[in-house]
Amino acid sequence: MRHIISLLMENEAGALSRVAGLFSARGYNIESLTVATTEDPTMSRMTIVTSGSDDVIEQINKQLNKLIEVVQVMDLTEGEHIERELMLVKVKAEGAAREEMKRMADIFRGRIIDVTDATYTIELTGSGTKLDNFLQAIDRSLILETVRTGASGIGRGKRILKL
Amino acid sequence: MELTGAEITIRCLQDEGVEYVFGYPGGAVLFIYDALFNQDKVKHILVRHEQAAVHAADGYARSTEKVGVALVTSGPGVTNAVTGIATAYMDSIPMVVISGQVPTGAIGEDAFQEVDTVGITRPCVKHNFLVKDVKDIASTIKKAFYLAKSGRPGPVLVDIPKDISIAKAEYDYPKNVSIRSYNPQVKADATAIKQAAELLLSAKRPVIYTGGGVILSDAAKPLTELVRGLGYPCVSTLMGLGGYPETDKLFLGMPGMHGTLEANLGMQNCDVLLAVGARFDDRVIGNVSHFNSVPRKIIHIDIDPASISKRVQVDVALVGDVKEVVKELQAALKSVKQKPDAAAQADWWKQIGEWRGRNSLAYKNSTEVIKPQYVVEKLYEITKGEAFVTSDVGQHQMWAAQYYKFDEPRRWINSGGLGTMGFGLPAAMGVKLAHPKADVACITGEGSIQMCIQELSTCKQFRLPIKVLSLNNRYLGMVRQWQEFFHGNRYAESYMDALPDFVKLAEAYGHVGIRVVNPADVEGAIKEAFARKNELVFMDFQTDPTENVFPMVPGGKGLSDIIMAEDL
Repeated sequence: MRHIISLLMENEAGALSRVAGLFSARGYNIESLTVATTEDPTMSRMTIVTSGSDDVIEQINKQLNKLIEVVQVMDLTEGEHIERELMLVKVKAEGAAREEMKRMADIFRGRIIDVTDATYTIELTGSGTKLDNFLQAIDRSLILETVRTGASGIGRGKRILKL
Repeated sequence: MELTGAEITIRCLQDEGVEYVFGYPGGAVLFIYDALFNQDKVKHILVRHEQAAVHAADGYARSTEKVGVALVTSGPGVTNAVTGIATAYMDSIPMVVISGQVPTGAIGEDAFQEVDTVGITRPCVKHNFLVKDVKDIASTIKKAFYLAKSGRPGPVLVDIPKDISIAKAEYDYPKNVSIRSYNPQVKADATAIKQAAELLLSAKRPVIYTGGGVILSDAAKPLTELVRGLGYPCVSTLMGLGGYPETDKLFLGMPGMHGTLEANLGMQNCDVLLAVGARFDDRVIGNVSHFNSVPRKIIHIDIDPASISKRVQVDVALVGDVKEVVKELQAALKSVKQKPDAAAQADWWKQIGEWRGRNSLAYKNSTEVIKPQYVVEKLYEITKGEAFVTSDVGQHQMWAAQYYKFDEPRRWINSGGLGTMGFGLPAAMGVKLAHPKADVACITGEGSIQMCIQELSTCKQFRLPIKVLSLNNRYLGMVRQWQEFFHGNRYAESYMDALPDFVKLAEAYGHVGIRVVNPADVEGAIKEAFARKNELVFMDFQTDPTENVFPMVPGGKGLSDIIMAEDL
């Protein structure tokens, strides 16, 4: 099953490679991994999307907790949570396709953030599935380039991951 | 007064009470060696290869309650040390390794003797640090020692670039250390303890399965009280030997691939298993699904939450320091009114007695050729079971574990997890330095000993009168055994052609060598060796090349698929 694991870790050089190294050394999947500093500059927050049986996910949580620089770990998928991913898509936007592309971006609540004679760059946020759906909904031959951040997640309401 | 980073490093070791540092100098650590030269509190043991420095620090740590310390230079110094570090990591040995690094400005430029030390060692250390500011040396070394010995112990590496060892700062060794992200749980959950006590007392066919955690946590005494209080059968893994007295009647031996029949069938057929600082390793329980095919309740005591339910699902998890938890469990057992089911225990012991009666460690001795088991038995008798015994890896290691009966913890020193050939001799150096008056024996084979034989030179320099018992069967015995059983007798590269004359080799290093060919001479040779108190004696026993280790649970099989010598 797919899990989203959030963790707080010391904002130190090499901390990211400890996490990445753990996943490769123990043969765990990483679907995506995002990391950035939090409002407390000594701490980074990471969101890892992974998948595995319950036993494997339990081990992933424990092994992450075992890393000395990891402060807290939370499996967001164990409770109510919100998941968002950002995607930038550069598409061909010429002739009839130009209007159609604008319409599709509107339907998906995307924003066109860069415009040239021949292209649009569309910014889209949402769940990974929504982003996938957008890419399927438009004419694939018009896609020039895509870039996705991978999922970030946060617990709903009182579920807070903070030291 | 300001000190250089090198001086600070050595002062930290002094303030940690470090007695010995095992190391090898080189360019990146020249200033640290200079600081070492200018003091006499911390003694340096110059090895002949960095792998041996780490194994010696490891042997020192295993035989004491202290943290082993090794010092190596950058580049090849570190890469040579990696085998030793990984060995210590797999067996959770507290150790601090200090490595030199190229100057900070040169890092990343493929400088001479540069490797990414933090990167290379990351998967085989508990934690590692690259010090980038001289002001951080003292606090980093303090953290390193704290991490190495607290929680589940392990090796911690501190990488110090050369310019940092030259830069100056005020020296202040922190008294305390706290790491917000690191708080190992020491005391187990009280409800779980009570549950465990009730489960233990309701058992009809109990087994207490103890591992290296008992040794590491110095829990042998409370564990022995717990086992005796219950009167339950006890087994110890390869790493746990000596945690419970082996000569006690409640002790069933070692479980696992080369464990006794009673230990293996006890583990397999019990209804309640109390695992104490043991991790259900593949060499212990064999095939997981076969092990799980018998219903039983499992209670697991371990300081590392990640060890719980890693390979085998457990019913009651007691996360905490083994010594603390065993004491808490003992107290809880006393408060529960229930008593063990005497009738069920009698039946269980009767069953165990039948297994025991088959004497799974029996072997056919010979007057023609030396049987390796006989050598270990004689060593046990002559040293009255009181020696510190290190071993390398292979058949001799298993025979040492099977036939030397350890009644005390920290006497049996071997590389269990990683299985590192070359471990025995350097580990024995660390043990001998820690216990200069004790008898220290290294049981090895002609294959393993050659992986770190250069350390005979270190033994000469530092006058370490270790007794080396080489069970020389002219084969890489364990490889040969598997080739005989599972590869149609095709002995691919397991034969050691062109062996050196070990007696002359020992003599060349300045030691005493004895070759023993006749079984009748075994006892005399061992006695003579131990009588030579101040000399290293290398005993080259020409043993039976066809001898195999039994019992044996073949790889991937279940514990009840055990093969006995008599089966063949």
